[in-house]
Amino acid sequence: MTSERHAAAPASTPSFRFLAAGYATQVFAVADAEVRKLRHDPWELLSRAVQPVLWLVLFGEVMAQVRGLSSGTIPYLDFLAPGILAQSVLFVAIFYGISAIWERDLGVLHRYMVSPAPRSALVIGKALSSTIRGLSQAVVIYVCAAIMGVHLSFEPWRIALVVVFIALGAGLFSTFSLIIACIVKTRERFMGIGQVLTMPIFFASNAIYPIDLMPRWLKAISSLNPLTYEVDGLRTLMLRGGESTFGLGHDLAVLIIVGSVLVMIATRIYPRMTE
Amino acid sequence: MTMPDEAPTPDRTQIPSAVVETFDLTRRFGSVTAVSDVSLTINSGEIFGLIGPNGAGKSTLIKMLTTLLPPSAGRAFVAGFDVMTQPGEVRKHIGYVPQLLSADGELTGYENLLLSSRLYLIPHSERERRIAAALAMMGLSEVRDRLVRNYSGGMIRRLEIAQSTLHRPAVLFMDEPTVGLDPTGRHTVWNHVRELRGDLQAAIIVTTHYMDEAQELCDRVAVLHAGKVETVGTPAELKAMLGPTATLDDVFAALTGGEIESEGGYRDVRETRRSAREHA
Repeated sequence: MTSERHAAAPASTPSFRFLAAGYATQVFAVADAEVRKLRHDPWELLSRAVQPVLWLVLFGEVMAQVRGLSSGTIPYLDFLAPGILAQSVLFVAIFYGISAIWERDLGVLHRYMVSPAPRSALVIGKALSSTIRGLSQAVVIYVCAAIMGVHLSFEPWRIALVVVFIALGAGLFSTFSLIIACIVKTRERFMGIGQVLTMPIFFASNAIYPIDLMPRWLKAISSLNPLTYEVDGLRTLMLRGGESTFGLGHDLAVLIIVGSVLVMIATRIYPRMTE
Repeated sequence: MTMPDEAPTPDRTQIPSAVVETFDLTRRFGSVTAVSDVSLTINSGEIFGLIGPNGAGKSTLIKMLTTLLPPSAGRAFVAGFDVMTQPGEVRKHIGYVPQLLSADGELTGYENLLLSSRLYLIPHSERERRIAAALAMMGLSEVRDRLVRNYSGGMIRRLEIAQSTLHRPAVLFMDEPTVGLDPTGRHTVWNHVRELRGDLQAAIIVTTHYMDEAQELCDRVAVLHAGKVETVGTPAELKAMLGPTATLDDVFAALTGGEIESEGGYRDVRETRRSAREHA
């Protein structure tokens, strides 16, 4: 059926440096397109900033009066601010899957999938773009928290690491969201599942109360929850004299490993969306 | 982001003139065979039409050739590369204008082309020149900085053609390129397709269910029906099969049992529902 001359043609083999530069260009292309969209329509970013402010001002001020809620040696608002940053990064990232499905329905995704960009470059580029969204939330929360008297640290190395943690958290949860989108495939189903997933990730973590308050079974769940390590890292870095429960290295390692595994899974199943 | 000097300009000397070849290419979805034992050879510089009623397998065939969908059986070579084992190489040499919208409405025309030029690793030094040339060729220079969601249907189609040919593909796939366009828009697209054939020396593969489009545009046409290739030939050859006064419509009706009539009807609905089920 297939004759000798159809032994497939050999692929060209460019240098490693060329391949790496090409890969970076493709990742950047995807992320840059998302950032340009945000610049054309910043309304979404602004409206997203409302929710964390409400959490800090309304929820935070009230819960700070509750004596039973022990946040250790630091005031409750200090305890809460990093948790709300982690939460808003999660909320922004988790609905990323919707836009992935939307892109598939429109046809824009087909354009990415027929391009020579490696699938992992597409996944990482999209993850990177949700970092930008996460960072815009961080600016709002820092300003709001500073006004409310939270003991924030502005040491450059801490800020730099906060950015790293936001990037990892945003990338991790947006890739998780992409995987869910690849599995459920329709916006309607995604909306339902998105809600169902966000609540446990948020509440089964140390975002708004210390893990010590939890019953044993919930402690076990929260220790498997990447958001717990995101919050722990942010709490250590954002506050003056912040102390880590698990150790910053441990937090980073968990986020990097879980994020990498999710990127690998997404790289495998993302192309199925256009089949 | 600057690129090293090794420009990834496709090396055409390696590409066979039979730029698309398929051998018993087959795709099944469960018990439904969408494409059945299709063997085709398409040459460089040729505008090749795939015509058939909705559900005949045109889109499934295109998806396999553009590496979006793995075949169930058979083999296919595009630009000399195997779609199954070398999809990355195939993608470097093809352009695809899908039936759906592939230009991003939230970006400007220029930004859409910039995105493509980066995804296809067009060398940094050449990007601006090629983007400007593509915009000029498609008559979009004036609106380059306008958001695409404010473009007309014809402008979007032209932009999509520009963004899928920026890397000078050896094979250009166009799925229903003139659907939803007014007569002027359709003629503009046809003229651009002919221009591109001369310019790129590429094979251009067009799916359509408009007989006038096949007649007007295509050098050769394959009639697909129920996943099979019923016949292949020039529009003149196909008409000659039925006698001197036959139109392509008559040929089509004779080969497919007149199902051109059902366009947008039951078959359409069935096709949509079937794909909805596949996604379930």
